[in-house]
Amino acid sequence: MADIIRLTAAELSEKLGSREISAVEATQAHLDRIADVDTDVHAFLHVSDSALDTARSIDERRASGEELGPLAGIPLAVKDVLVTTDMPSTSGSRILEGYMSPFDATVVKRSREAGLVLIGKTNMDEFAMGSSTEHSAYGPTRNPWDLGRIPGGSGGGSAAAVAAFEAPLALGSDTGGSIRQPAHVTGTVGVKPTYGAVSRYGAIALASSLDQVGPVTRTVLDAGLLQDVIGGHDPFDSTSLTDIWPSMADAAREGARGDVLKGLKVGVVRELSGEGFQAGVQSRFDETVALLQKQGAEVLEVSAPHFEYAVSAYYLILPAEASSNLAKFDSVRFGMRVQPEGGGTVEQVMAATREAGFGPEVKRRIILGTYALSAGYYDAYYGSAQKVRTLIQRDFDAAFAQVDVLISPSAPTTAFKFGEKLEDPMAMYLNDIATIPANLAGIPGISVPIGLAPEDGLPVGLQIMAPVREDARLYRVGAAIEALLEAQWGSTLISRAPALGGK
Amino acid sequence: MAKDALMDYDKALELFEPVLGFEVHVELNTKTKMFSHAPNGFGSDANTNVSPVCLGLPGALPVVNEQAVRYSISLGLALGCSIAPSSRFARKNYFYPDLAKNYQISQYDEPIAFGGSVDVELPNGRLVTVSIERAHMEEDAGKLTHVGGSTGRIQGAEYSLVDYNRAGVPLVEIVTDIIYGAEADAPELAKAYVATIRDIVTSLGISDAKMERGNLRCDANISLRPRTPEGEPPAPLGTRTETKNVNSLRSVERAIRYEIQRQAAILADGGTITQETRHWHEDTGRTSAGRPKSDADDYRYFPEPDLLPVQPSLELIEELRAALPEPPAARRRRLKAEWGFTDLEFQDVVNGGLLVEISETVAAGASPAAARKWWTGEISRVANVQGVEASALVSPGNVAALAGLVEDGTLTDKLARQVLEGVIAGEGTPQEVVDARGLAVVSDDGALIAAIDDALASQPDVLAKIRDGKVQAAGAVIGAVMKAMKGQADAARVRELVLERANS
Repeated sequence: MADIIRLTAAELSEKLGSREISAVEATQAHLDRIADVDTDVHAFLHVSDSALDTARSIDERRASGEELGPLAGIPLAVKDVLVTTDMPSTSGSRILEGYMSPFDATVVKRSREAGLVLIGKTNMDEFAMGSSTEHSAYGPTRNPWDLGRIPGGSGGGSAAAVAAFEAPLALGSDTGGSIRQPAHVTGTVGVKPTYGAVSRYGAIALASSLDQVGPVTRTVLDAGLLQDVIGGHDPFDSTSLTDIWPSMADAAREGARGDVLKGLKVGVVRELSGEGFQAGVQSRFDETVALLQKQGAEVLEVSAPHFEYAVSAYYLILPAEASSNLAKFDSVRFGMRVQPEGGGTVEQVMAATREAGFGPEVKRRIILGTYALSAGYYDAYYGSAQKVRTLIQRDFDAAFAQVDVLISPSAPTTAFKFGEKLEDPMAMYLNDIATIPANLAGIPGISVPIGLAPEDGLPVGLQIMAPVREDARLYRVGAAIEALLEAQWGSTLISRAPALGGK
Repeated sequence: MAKDALMDYDKALELFEPVLGFEVHVELNTKTKMFSHAPNGFGSDANTNVSPVCLGLPGALPVVNEQAVRYSISLGLALGCSIAPSSRFARKNYFYPDLAKNYQISQYDEPIAFGGSVDVELPNGRLVTVSIERAHMEEDAGKLTHVGGSTGRIQGAEYSLVDYNRAGVPLVEIVTDIIYGAEADAPELAKAYVATIRDIVTSLGISDAKMERGNLRCDANISLRPRTPEGEPPAPLGTRTETKNVNSLRSVERAIRYEIQRQAAILADGGTITQETRHWHEDTGRTSAGRPKSDADDYRYFPEPDLLPVQPSLELIEELRAALPEPPAARRRRLKAEWGFTDLEFQDVVNGGLLVEISETVAAGASPAAARKWWTGEISRVANVQGVEASALVSPGNVAALAGLVEDGTLTDKLARQVLEGVIAGEGTPQEVVDARGLAVVSDDGALIAAIDDALASQPDVLAKIRDGKVQAAGAVIGAVMKAMKGQADAARVRELVLERANS
């Protein structure tokens, strides 16, 4: 059964439906794989001890003739930013070590209802602040393509879990690229849906106006199947859209059948290329552009003049919101509590706890955000950043008036080595230069693998962006490109990843 | 606590002009909290009316209570405010253990209602129009209990307990513009203003409006500015203090008077007023310094990203406008006519803040005259002695029942006062107190006649006088009989029987 873990969720779904494979077998195979490789990869912070029970009950329900959804019985890895009642939820932080939530995040609840088997919680940069998982309080996750390199972040754990065949599906959250950049560096697929398309209830907030939960998978179709489960209006999230959404899985299937590229107007964002972009990343991107043209897509260069301010604006809005969102971690009601020697006032206990419980990157951003919101600085910092945000939205509006989708490399470089950018926050921040604009504008984005960079043999991703609410378009176009490339390669990209765990 | 120097009130008014401003917090009586489905209730066990949202648990998100928005719009309209077509929530950031998220969701630069006014009638008949700057929605904080230490305050406490039942209870904060020209009426204006707000929210039915429970809370801002000779420009505004913890109408008046006298004494002595919150102490009738408050307090407000702007439709606003109850001033005019009270009688009712109580007592079946007599008389007297609101002592239903027992002759006025005392002491309804204490009037003529015959027999000289036609002499016998009956007899009936027995 070693092959079970190599199956996509869609393939596994068929075999579960025909009872060729049971949910218990599927779950056991992935638990075995985790036992095998996760000491090296460290994608998981917690592995479920009830996954097999859940799988067994799915098998029983199926045996009793119950109609189950397409993902019933399929293992799912959950980013630790999402709260769960049966496993700790730490958001990668020491301050929440062992924290048990009394409620499930809406996406977790919906996943359970759809029969998915929660297999574990995945590693991440503390409170989703970072692009490498090096800021996790529990040690970094390693990239399955090269264990000496970062798996991206903040959702490096989810991407690595999927890339290392420890789970076919994972949930992530994307505030400035935390789903798409890890997908880029691990040769997997990651989708940041339209802001409001997927509920944020139960996602431990980083920056409320930017956070979006989404799927992390190995194929576009699998991502579509997962978004169909987790998406849709949630009355517990006021910013959740009330739209009735088309099936993203159907859109992916439609895209894979071909034809959608013909006549498609594709915009290449001028500002997301050139300086700072690694040669191999750029060349794989250029080849993909040529491929699109060959398929009859109309490719034109578009300019988004305000993107150059996106990272600056992002690093004011995000810390500002985060400084407020993270204020609740004060030891009064839950989580870590540190008593200063000889007792102390409640303020002193709060301060000691936050000093001990937060890592340096979290402190850096809290200080930055507190400053940006302070009286006398608000207009110059937070206020100006919001204006930039509006200008970036207008850039997108203008671009989408000309084209159907926008494309860029998902990140400027392939996976970098551990420690390479740790001492230089600006270099780390700039790794999200391509993904941040979509969060600022609330539009959807996907990263699909488009090959390996010649110079280092590491994966490169293509980012596709669509207008707000046009998530289905991303799945159509993404699946079409995926199908073309796999036909060209004769295999999936991920199948070229090195074997792990000595097998 | 050192005793503050106070200046004579009239002298203070000679030297300074009091400048006022009020922030009144109204707790809305919605079923659930402002941003969650947790019940909004008073008196439950600590930390039982809570949800992940009001506990600020990781991952929880707020959702606006639509009923609270409707109530806030109604209140805004009743205050003559404009309703914003789009208003926004903002986060007010500060660390305090009763604030679960360490930020309060409030409204900042975009309140739901703004620019209104209310007419306030003072006891002396003066009518003052108070401008309302804004009314905005926000959530209440939890409640801290400081254990250990002597004062029950955080300083010196060994530890503190937090109850989050109140955290997230919907509030509307009503903020007045600066009020000039109150002059010597400032304390009365303060009290009448809060009473008017209370009448408005009560008539809207949107709050229980019980000050003693904190449903209605007034923060009173006051400053003094020196008077300048006529023809010269007015002096700049003085430094203000904000008095909190004022939880009865009577305290509002007293606290303002106290602050005027305290500030005047400091200023006249060449001192300066510290900008700070002051805590009102009902027991001592004084205020004490709270935390220093500066205009530079930095709450790092920013728009609440978890909530969409509140955009009520014009239809909703008009629907709520059409459903507004009669404004308090008009209502007062109508009730005065309906009840047939004289100007003086009605003034007494209004000044006592007893309009609602009397309305409800009349609705419960009492005559307006009886309702007024009880509320402005004995109940107010006891309230004054105990230093509480009259409304906190007894329910309108029980007052009506008491009046009924007098009406049907079960009780004399004197007995009824004893029954009221029992009701206030929590012994039950008036009827239950009558039964338990055995206070009903003795209407058994046999028992009365026996007592009368005894009294006549022991006072033969009086009997002779009565028989001589000196009817007023009967008083002595009546007194003796009433004493023998422990007051539980109808004096008129006793008199009738005395005359009958003396002449038989």
